[in-house]
Amino acid sequence: MAVMTKPSVGGVHSAPRAARAARYRLDVKGSPYLYIAPFFIIFGIFGLFPLIYTGWVSITGWRADTPGSESKMVGFQNYVTLWHDPFFWNAVKNTVGIGLISTVPQLFLALGMAHMLNYRLRGRTFFRMGVLLPNVTSVAAVTIIFVQLFGRDYGMVNWLLGLFGVGHTEWQAGTLSSWIAISVIVTWRWTGYNALIYLASMQAIPFELYESAAIDGASRWRQFRTITIPMLRPTILFTVIVSTIGAMQLFGEPLLFNTSQTPTTGGSQHQFQTLALYTYDQFWQKFKYGYGSAISWAMFGIILLFVLVNLVVARRMQGVDAS
Amino acid sequence: MRVATTRRTALVFGVGAILVSSMLAGCGKSKSSSDNAADSNAPVTLTVNLFGDFGYKDLYAKYHTEHPNVTVKENVTDYGTHHKNLQAHLLAGSGTADIEAIEIGQIPGFRPQAAKFVDFLKQGVNKDQWVASKWEPATSTDGKALFGVGTDVGGLALCYRADLLKAAGLPTDRDAVSGLFTDWSSYVSVGKQFLAKTPDKKVKWFDAGTNLYNAIVAQENKVAYDEKGNVIVATNPVVKAAWDTTVTGIQAGESAALSAFSPQWTTGFQQGQFATITCPSWMMAYIKDNAPATAGKWDIAKIPGGGGGNWGGSYLTVPTAGKHQKEAIALAKWLTAPDQEKWLFTEKGNFPSDQVLWNEPEVANFTNPFFSNAPAGKIFSESAKNLNPQVLGPHAGDIGNAIGNGLVSIEQGKASPNDAWTKALADVKNLTS
Repeated sequence: MAVMTKPSVGGVHSAPRAARAARYRLDVKGSPYLYIAPFFIIFGIFGLFPLIYTGWVSITGWRADTPGSESKMVGFQNYVTLWHDPFFWNAVKNTVGIGLISTVPQLFLALGMAHMLNYRLRGRTFFRMGVLLPNVTSVAAVTIIFVQLFGRDYGMVNWLLGLFGVGHTEWQAGTLSSWIAISVIVTWRWTGYNALIYLASMQAIPFELYESAAIDGASRWRQFRTITIPMLRPTILFTVIVSTIGAMQLFGEPLLFNTSQTPTTGGSQHQFQTLALYTYDQFWQKFKYGYGSAISWAMFGIILLFVLVNLVVARRMQGVDAS
Repeated sequence: MRVATTRRTALVFGVGAILVSSMLAGCGKSKSSSDNAADSNAPVTLTVNLFGDFGYKDLYAKYHTEHPNVTVKENVTDYGTHHKNLQAHLLAGSGTADIEAIEIGQIPGFRPQAAKFVDFLKQGVNKDQWVASKWEPATSTDGKALFGVGTDVGGLALCYRADLLKAAGLPTDRDAVSGLFTDWSSYVSVGKQFLAKTPDKKVKWFDAGTNLYNAIVAQENKVAYDEKGNVIVATNPVVKAAWDTTVTGIQAGESAALSAFSPQWTTGFQQGQFATITCPSWMMAYIKDNAPATAGKWDIAKIPGGGGGNWGGSYLTVPTAGKHQKEAIALAKWLTAPDQEKWLFTEKGNFPSDQVLWNEPEVANFTNPFFSNAPAGKIFSESAKNLNPQVLGPHAGDIGNAIGNGLVSIEQGKASPNDAWTKALADVKNLTS
């Protein structure tokens, strides 16, 4: 970037020279914007525009079965309907429930896994890469396999449980059983990913800390609790936020977990219909575009709320610098 | 300072404009280069989007030998996804295949968009080859355009496993079996006898409550909608009666509770988990494909309730967004032409919608070897002739699914019949309001 300009002699400024200086200024001041522009343009087209347009659609009464409804403004009517819609609140409940069951054990598992991978093991790289494998397989493939495993009559999970005298469970039928089954799929896919993030952060902890703790007579468990966990706190906060957002947007697993003719209803009684699934159901299955968009925006609001709560709680727990 | 910021903003916008315009230019270029479908003998690949198996594979090969320039690529997705994708692609104005199938329960939902499909009346198609109840649902709301050509109709019968009935001490002869059930409640009570006597307690009477319910309401004129287009599910005594009959069967343990058209359901055919199944003609193809090893064990009896119902049957449409409309129209017409429809019935089991064929010996005298040489041609052509047209509406298919989910929840033990009914009505309301 270093542009060599001849030292000016006598302070005489000729016209081409001024132009060159202007171009130089433009280059220095303008080019950074050029470099970051692609992100903002792509984000604008695929992120911001849909967001705003969805907001616009959400205040219309647009639905496919009513010609001309796309330009009918209904104000906040869709949001009022939403507030009184039992299916919406059911979806909120399901999303939070599945979110808790899938995220909390998952992060603990990931932490334990990272701790183990941090030891000197044979074939360490193999194991470290191995834990990421479930994450790079497609959600559809994983879910279809799990649906077979959780099959009512000929599934392997029921067969295994049957060995311990547990009767056949129809996993899709019960509210809790379906939540657990879906959480297992989510946990299977994402534990390794979070473990690798924890591992990377663990390796950044100076070894001297462990050394001096060991000299002071601290056990492995004590070292893990009082050195590893506090040092990982910013990373843990990051994974909690990312997992929370992921859990709020849970979609593919509950969609494919339902093998019936109506995959978007999330079970015969909406047992595992998540928010994202309900949005999709209303927008793309029932073709209520206005209402579906309103749910999308409500979901956006709920996610923001959860992230804020996460941040506040994290700050309260020993003043982590969250910024 | 102020000047500086505005200049900066201008610059950002300028750069953005350059990038965007170059991207647009790129798009424009690629579009114009692929736009050369003028030559009628140029090689063409037609895409056909279907739900379930229409039995067309061998026909494509035949068409290709007659028209070497035309290659057909078929995409099959499940019923729900297929129709949802079609709606979405029509809305977006792109992404539709050259030929798209639509099922009769779904086609009323596409009538408002009839203008987005090719009008077959302008392509030399005579709508009177079908009965009115077949072509009417595929016309535009003003009745001037016909946007789909009929493939098959779903006349009703009852398919049963003669070997399983025999094991339970019931008659196995098709006339005797037909005589067992005068109406649906006798079908359910014979089911109780079957359960009491069958030696293998894993075998149930029918596959799924939803399939029983669908067959019962298929025989009615008015189910979800009245003639004025009002949704009458909540107050229609016919719907509640069909629901109650089905619930009686479920509570007696007659249902194998296999979610219809799911992988478990398919396994159910192979494992012999149920003895009877309500059987529109296209169901014969499902049975044959899902459990080829059960050949000769099946037979076909008359449907309880006096017949006259239609369940399913489809149309082929050609969206105007397609690039090869001329070729697609020709293929759609060919696939629904008498010769192909005859072949599809005798080879696959899909009963032709073309009413001229119903009296042709090849169809009317056809006996199906897979089903112990049952006179499928006679049974289904009689049932097609008695066809009782049903009032359809835009959400007819989805309303059926909502009620079906209520029945599934009873089978799952998730809800009591009363709760399930209330919730099914809530689902219907959510659908239409």
